[in-house]
Amino acid sequence: MQRVPVLRLGDVLLVSIQVDLADELAPWLQEDLADEIVATGARAVLIDISALEVVDSFTGRTLSTIAAVSRVLDAETVVVGMRPAVAITLVELGLTLHGVRTALTVELGLAVLHGGPTASLAAPAADDLRASP
Amino acid sequence: MTTPQPVGVAEVQGIAADEDVIRVRQLVRSVAVAAKLSLVDQTKLVTAASELARNTLTHGGGGRVEVETVTDGRRTGIRVSFLDSGPGIANLELALTDGYGTGVGLGLGLSGARRLVDEFEIETKAGRGTRVTAIKWAR
Repeated sequence: MQRVPVLRLGDVLLVSIQVDLADELAPWLQEDLADEIVATGARAVLIDISALEVVDSFTGRTLSTIAAVSRVLDAETVVVGMRPAVAITLVELGLTLHGVRTALTVELGLAVLHGGPTASLAAPAADDLRASP
Repeated sequence: MTTPQPVGVAEVQGIAADEDVIRVRQLVRSVAVAAKLSLVDQTKLVTAASELARNTLTHGGGGRVEVETVTDGRRTGIRVSFLDSGPGIANLELALTDGYGTGVGLGLGLSGARRLVDEFEIETKAGRGTRVTAIKWAR
């Protein structure tokens, strides 16, 4: 069976989904990622879906589950590269991708994970407030 | 409004295994491209077809889809009809509620698919099976 390759980029695991996520492939990806997170101590999972022309509720649920499992294993998940038509369709379908962060590109996704502008906007650092004496 | 009439011959794809859901998506996409649906409309129709194909597989025990180009005299559209000989849908109103689901997915299958298309119709009979018909018109 064709599996989705998981690449390691520092403390980030990068998965680029190039095939339609067939039903039997989704559990494999979930397991492979969970194993890799524990084996490598990765802090984040970046899932590139720029090749996907369709994201239905099954694929959406797979992404949400991966994000939930990763969170339990102390890793964050960012889904990157969603096509505009896919985004419009997902919203109309009623799929919210609960618990999944998104970024437009792999680069921006990495920036989010490494405390780039988006991340600091989302979470104003409490440390800054009590840093100066 | 006139009843949509088929243009040409319907293409049929059996739905008996997971891979067939992908084949349904590919077939619907190619017919939608040929009928010049916009990219967003193609994506909506293909996504709806994917939900319905999975319903046919999971709840109907498999079946088939017929995909055809139709016209109502003014517009061109794509009609997809999913047929199975499964148990039928006992409570149609409930099945069309968001969050309802007995199989995999998010319980968005029927209700979500209905939102993505222009026309949507379900015929079902307990113990006899279900036919779900959806049309997406080119704008």
